[in-house]
Amino acid sequence: MHSTAQWRKNASSMTENAKASSRPTVADSTLSAAIEVDRLVKVYKQTRAVDGISFSLPRGSITGLLGGNGAGKTTTIAMIMGLVLPTSGRVRVLGHRMPEESAEVLGRMNFESPYVDMPMRLTVRQNLTIFGKLYAVKHLPDRIAKLAAELDLNDFIDRANGKLSAGQKTRVALAKALINEPELLLLDEPTASLDPDTADWVRAHLERYRKDNNATILLASHNMLEVERLCDRVIIMKRGRVEDDDTPDAIMARYNRTTLEEVFLDVARGRVNDAKEGQDEQLSS
Amino acid sequence: MTDLSLHHGISLHRIGAMILRYWYLLMSSWPRLLELLYWPALQVITWGFIQSYVAQNANFFARAGGTLIGAVILWDILFRGQLGFSISFLEEMWARNLGNLMMSPLKPIEFLLSLTVMSLIRLAIGVIPMTLLALFLFHFNFYGLGLPLIAFFCNLIFTSWSVGIFVSGLVLRNGLGAESIVWTLMFAIMPLACIYYPVSVLPGWLQYVAWSLPPTYVFEGMRALLIENTFRTDLMLEALAINAGLLVASFWAFLALLRSAKMHGSLLSGGE
Repeated sequence: MHSTAQWRKNASSMTENAKASSRPTVADSTLSAAIEVDRLVKVYKQTRAVDGISFSLPRGSITGLLGGNGAGKTTTIAMIMGLVLPTSGRVRVLGHRMPEESAEVLGRMNFESPYVDMPMRLTVRQNLTIFGKLYAVKHLPDRIAKLAAELDLNDFIDRANGKLSAGQKTRVALAKALINEPELLLLDEPTASLDPDTADWVRAHLERYRKDNNATILLASHNMLEVERLCDRVIIMKRGRVEDDDTPDAIMARYNRTTLEEVFLDVARGRVNDAKEGQDEQLSS
Repeated sequence: MTDLSLHHGISLHRIGAMILRYWYLLMSSWPRLLELLYWPALQVITWGFIQSYVAQNANFFARAGGTLIGAVILWDILFRGQLGFSISFLEEMWARNLGNLMMSPLKPIEFLLSLTVMSLIRLAIGVIPMTLLALFLFHFNFYGLGLPLIAFFCNLIFTSWSVGIFVSGLVLRNGLGAESIVWTLMFAIMPLACIYYPVSVLPGWLQYVAWSLPPTYVFEGMRALLIENTFRTDLMLEALAINAGLLVASFWAFLALLRSAKMHGSLLSGGE
């Protein structure tokens, strides 16, 4: 579907783009964290969807937010975006308080989520034009042309969004999420319902984008292979709390497992203590 | 690439982007365009014939030519103005696009301003042909009302925007389950606004309610103009004052409902 030559050409184009930009680097200690979450709580009537979580994500990192259905991942991301107001606690994005100072950061971040769609009747080009204008993207036709080339949209760029396949829609949503070259990208299930080839292609693009732009990515996913491949840090949530927070390798070692999927099942089925005890016994012997 | 200086204050650029979005949508669907013309045309034809019949058989209506058909057109400005506003808003809910907009630098005031412009565009598409039909079929020149027409129009459109802003906030807070309010709320105003009859017809206590609605002043003003050839500036100024209050109150209500939607997570669900 996506030839290697095309991919290399696109990757090369993105690298040139990154060189041209004046993005800060991770090593710059004067910068605040990309996301700081401090004792965040969200209560819906009787339900504590998020229960006092805290974490800080450095700029340029890719972090996976894991957890079963109802663990609080989407609510957490929504509070970071300012779509949901916390019951208590504090969120700072790119050094600004959310949602009070959202006007300072919304133009520097973007997101993709299965909870939203692009307007179906508008063509891909019309959609990207409108979002480009909303984000005040300069040289918008050039930016759209570049994204269309990088994300392989040219075959259907003048087709209505509603007439695209699931894979094509995902690439368009990704193009919208990248239209303003965000410093911070929030992704909720970015490869859900995609075939393995397209999903792999999307992951490769995200990896390249992070590397070339020193962007920070926070992604919620149920796909453990995806998280293992992309993320340099994993936050596991369960019932609104942070159950574990470390690198994928460290977490797998702690649970004495070889894949994150096994860790996920341990956490989901309450086998956390057994797994950790097993690891402790191994260590002591 | 992103010009952050535009994120402070109101951005015409972003308002323009939203108008472009609705324009693309309107032009992409001929049934949508046809619907804008269809109902106003049906209204004016039906009421025009009723007016012709009544005028031939009743001395009062023979003297007060145009009060019925004029009222129909003014009512349509009020009703279609609100629908034009609300339908553009509902398009975002139907398309599940609201999250994309809320996460963009678009501010609520810019979003609402773009909806008011779309309300004017949709109104023009529906009402201008309606007035031409009234002229050619029933010899009623709506534009013959002259300068007072501007005062009538402004007061009606301001009320329609206030109602549009308020019901959009309700839908935002309660999801598409509250969509029916968009289509029905204006009809609750209809009997009290005294579109086809004078305020004096209402019981005394209800007259107080009627006079709290700006459209009542417009329809009374229209009858004064057509029957007595008098332009009631006082009525228009009172209506304008109430409209100013309504606009501020509806915007405040919209922001409060938006905040409540964020508190309750309604922007994530958005459905029924």
